[in-house]
Amino acid sequence: MTDVSLARRRNGRPSIRRAAENVVTRIIHLSGLAAVIILGAITVFLALNSVRALRDVGIFDMLAGSDWFPTSHNASYGFLPAITGSLWVTAVALVLCVPLGLAAAIYISEFAKGRIKDIAKSVIEFQAAVPSVVLGLLGIYLLVPRFRVWLGLDTGLTAFTAGILVGIMALPTLISIAEDALHAVPADLRTGSLALGNTRWQTTFKVVLPAASSGIFAAVMLALGRAIGETMVVLMLAGNAGIILATPFVSARTMPGTIAGEMAEVVQGGEHYSVLFAMALVLFVITFAVNLVADVVLERQRRRWRR
Amino acid sequence: MSRLRVKQARAIEAVAKFVTGAATLTVLSVVVFVLGFILYQGAGSISWEFLTDRPRGNMTAGGIWPALYGTMLLTFYTALFALPVGVMAGIYLAEYAKKNRLTRIMRLAIANMAGVPSIVYGLFGLAVFVLAMGLGRSVIAGSLTLACLTLPVIITATEEALNQVPRDLRQAALALGASRLSTILRVVLPAAAPGIVTGSILGLSRAAGETAPILVTAVAFYAPIPKTAFEPTMALPYHLYIMATQAPKPAPDIVWGTALVLVAGVSIINVAAATWRARQRRRIRW
Repeated sequence: MTDVSLARRRNGRPSIRRAAENVVTRIIHLSGLAAVIILGAITVFLALNSVRALRDVGIFDMLAGSDWFPTSHNASYGFLPAITGSLWVTAVALVLCVPLGLAAAIYISEFAKGRIKDIAKSVIEFQAAVPSVVLGLLGIYLLVPRFRVWLGLDTGLTAFTAGILVGIMALPTLISIAEDALHAVPADLRTGSLALGNTRWQTTFKVVLPAASSGIFAAVMLALGRAIGETMVVLMLAGNAGIILATPFVSARTMPGTIAGEMAEVVQGGEHYSVLFAMALVLFVITFAVNLVADVVLERQRRRWRR
Repeated sequence: MSRLRVKQARAIEAVAKFVTGAATLTVLSVVVFVLGFILYQGAGSISWEFLTDRPRGNMTAGGIWPALYGTMLLTFYTALFALPVGVMAGIYLAEYAKKNRLTRIMRLAIANMAGVPSIVYGLFGLAVFVLAMGLGRSVIAGSLTLACLTLPVIITATEEALNQVPRDLRQAALALGASRLSTILRVVLPAAAPGIVTGSILGLSRAAGETAPILVTAVAFYAPIPKTAFEPTMALPYHLYIMATQAPKPAPDIVWGTALVLVAGVSIINVAAATWRARQRRRIRW
């Protein structure tokens, strides 16, 4: 007994220590909630700032309005040009990056070995760190003038141009998550299939891919979320025209591009300002839904493989 | 008959391997091309004057020092705000969180935060830090916005690093009479530090290259070097954006030089962190 009390005395007064520990533990617990709090705050503040737009313009006129003339005398704030523009950019991006990314993920997970695998993975991880404004710059100098000539267009600033680069930006997300999904397929399934006389590719195509399908779906969803939300590339390359597009080969207005391009110039608290917040809210809701679906699917698969 | 099918299967396998290999090579060569092109275009304009001079003649001459300094300042404050919260949240998830619904919601929120578009963070920062908190367009407001964006990366890195520290270490400390908190702070956290630091650096280097979040919260087209953190600043990514899109195009070597400084800064930090992490992983075998 005396030993214990001696030790306590040496360590300072236990009550103060314990109180301090309690406080720190509380703070740690609270920090765990940081992400939940920030997500909640994003929702609340976007909604609060959208109130004026919802009241003065109305949700229907925004979501279904086909004209975006925010600065004209009789201003109209239709989101349709921006929504269709974003859809075209995203469509081009996905058509480029899904086949390319999935093929690369399959190669890295199923065929590549040792050093090549490590190098490929770290180069792709590294690509995620290249700032999007730099890719936008490359697009302006390299793609825009060439696309204008090759495709015989009036301008090279089109949904197609932006979509190509957005597709490149979404590649690391797609590849790393799809590769994780393939990698997580239990080795027993592979060896079982190989033992039955299947080739590696037959195993991959008939066993591994179906087993990893939900993870691959999640990878595509996350890439989709990245593509919709990518801002700088579309701001610099899509052209920001105000019409509803029938093809991707014309200048397009996108949601992130519109918000980023016009926010710096609007009157704070004004109608246009509030409408931009409403557009950000729409964008946030879309990406939130896409990400949520991906997360739920990933979580379900993770639980299935753990058993 | 069956020999034919085997032959066929082998041929298909060869084709599949070639096609997927070609796709991988394409992806890798895009990265290499991007880096190589910027290095080739920008290398000529890098000089001591370019790095330390301020822009002159409406950005047609001079250097990039205010933008470079601004980016370093923004990144420093981002780390200052994001690291404590992110590391503590990571500690919570790895050491305290129980397997219940609340934990699941927290994880969903973290994963979802990573997918929120950067311009949405920008508007959030404008509404909360610039306007509601009255910080104005400033280094502080921009860093707080970037901190929100970086938080999920730091939390995930911390949690992963803590999970890799073996149980024995914790149990040994607890058996010696250490409290749960001091076990975490004095034993587990130091052991996990390399992983936390490198993961956080990777996240911060990404934040340094972001443009959209600081567009409406921190940057100015042209500003002197901020004397306090409550003033607006210039920043490399924004500087690059302005130069790439403004109507009379500035001299190309200045544009590419700026791009090179930005990419090189981000890459060097990235590669250094990744290499160090790989070495640590090899050295420490639990």
